[in-house]
Amino acid sequence: MPPALRATGYFALAYRRTWRGSLVSTFVSPTLYLLAMGVGLGSFVNKGAHTATLGGVSYLQFVAPGLAAAAAALTAASESTFPVMGALKWTRTYFGMLATPLRVGDVLAGHLIWIATRVTMAVGAYLIVMAAFGTTQSIETLAVLPAGVLVGMAFATPLAAFAATQENDSAFSLIFRLGMIPLFLFSGVFFPISQLPLGLRVVAYITPLWHGVDLCRGLTLGTLTAAALVGHAAYLAALAAAGYLVATRTFATRLRT
Amino acid sequence: MSRVSSAASGSVGLIWRVVPPGVFGLGRGRRMIERNMRVVRRMWWIPVSGMAEPVFYLLSIGIGIGKLVGGIPGPNGTVVPYAAYVAPALLAASAMNGAVYESTFNVYFKLKYARIYDAVLATPMQAVDVARGEIATALTRGSLYAAVFVIMMAGLGDIHSTWAILALPAAVLIGFAFSAVGMAATTYMRGWTDFDLVQLVLLPMFLFSTTFYPLSTYPRWLQIVVECTPLYHGVSLTRSLTLGWVGWTDLVHVAYLVVMGAIGVAVAGRRIRVLLLS
Repeated sequence: MPPALRATGYFALAYRRTWRGSLVSTFVSPTLYLLAMGVGLGSFVNKGAHTATLGGVSYLQFVAPGLAAAAAALTAASESTFPVMGALKWTRTYFGMLATPLRVGDVLAGHLIWIATRVTMAVGAYLIVMAAFGTTQSIETLAVLPAGVLVGMAFATPLAAFAATQENDSAFSLIFRLGMIPLFLFSGVFFPISQLPLGLRVVAYITPLWHGVDLCRGLTLGTLTAAALVGHAAYLAALAAAGYLVATRTFATRLRT
Repeated sequence: MSRVSSAASGSVGLIWRVVPPGVFGLGRGRRMIERNMRVVRRMWWIPVSGMAEPVFYLLSIGIGIGKLVGGIPGPNGTVVPYAAYVAPALLAASAMNGAVYESTFNVYFKLKYARIYDAVLATPMQAVDVARGEIATALTRGSLYAAVFVIMMAGLGDIHSTWAILALPAAVLIGFAFSAVGMAATTYMRGWTDFDLVQLVLLPMFLFSTTFYPLSTYPRWLQIVVECTPLYHGVSLTRSLTLGWVGWTDLVHVAYLVVMGAIGVAVAGRRIRVLLLS
């Protein structure tokens, strides 16, 4: 077994003791969001005069892949901030791992693999719920799973790199309130970003969540062009790779002392 | 979780010492507020960013979803813009969320990890002072958030009636009811995993208590379930005030929230005494 997977094994083992609690956020919230937003609010949107801007699909079909991409980003963000801080300061798990033959790179890679696993579970749960709601038309929708993991990693690596530089968790609530929530609300999850004023639209094009939303939506609705697929995937992969490079340095600095 | 007590003294604390006792009916609970104010002075960005959060929701709905939906028909047949329909509900929901997070996560951390209440009870303060002081702190913060929110609503043209002046005290009442019950619930928590139950209660209430669309969307049996939830009463109250749909049923909403809060305070006070002094 590669050494990094041994680190992953620790997180998996810990999760086996606490998985029940995460069922709520993983399965119940997709169901509730799709019911409330897709079906409930959707009944008013579909009666409205603006369904053409949604590309002629029902609001439920429009919003579901967007919510799946957002779930990937939010899961990755929460798994790569507080747990990293916890493993450094609160439970000091990373130091325990380093007392074994594992090296810093293994610890980082192992934790990131675990985060990718949690993102896969979150996106997989969305796909299952979407299928139950009848919004998954084709087998290509399964491609949302790797796409969601890519979205998650584009958030997880930079945030883990940042978390490793922090002395306490007070910056994390700012990241969520001033970062993740605005992204969730303005990245085209709930409405097409063509409705945004030009300035905000340019910001949306730069932010990773919009790329993730457009990628997952295009895969679900079968409207994705090859150029868009390559563009979105390249942008998200570049962000994930850059975050990983920074994380190797911040982890090394923090764990060497 | 990083609420460490600081030794910083200053004008904020001084105000709470100068104000004559009994003005707020809090007795020694004021000392608890004083302590919390001193802590927040070190972390002023937390309440400031907390004020920004609901504003993002208002803007997103105004620019985005509001345009897709158009309007929602009111009880007297007039159609109101979607943003004006949702804004008061978000006011109620953020009053609920703020109060519950403060009274569950923060109180639990102080109770179990920071051991602040153990220290407090070693002074002449009593368990009921702790409960009152903590609930009053949550209300102060909630009032601040609600005031910013109502001003933003007015700026975005989401207020359609002068009754809206009462939306601020209504939001404070919602915060009181939820923080009292939240605190009572916290005293029963066994570990962090129990907080997922808090989420399990809050999320459906946030999504289904007529926050985003009218009660008439649901079948009758579901309407009755929704009508029993506390956030439904909060949302109906704030919505009737900002849209001018005021009627006698608003008194029912107020009474529901008052009774809920009173029960919460009573239970929380008794439980803290049991947990800390036995």
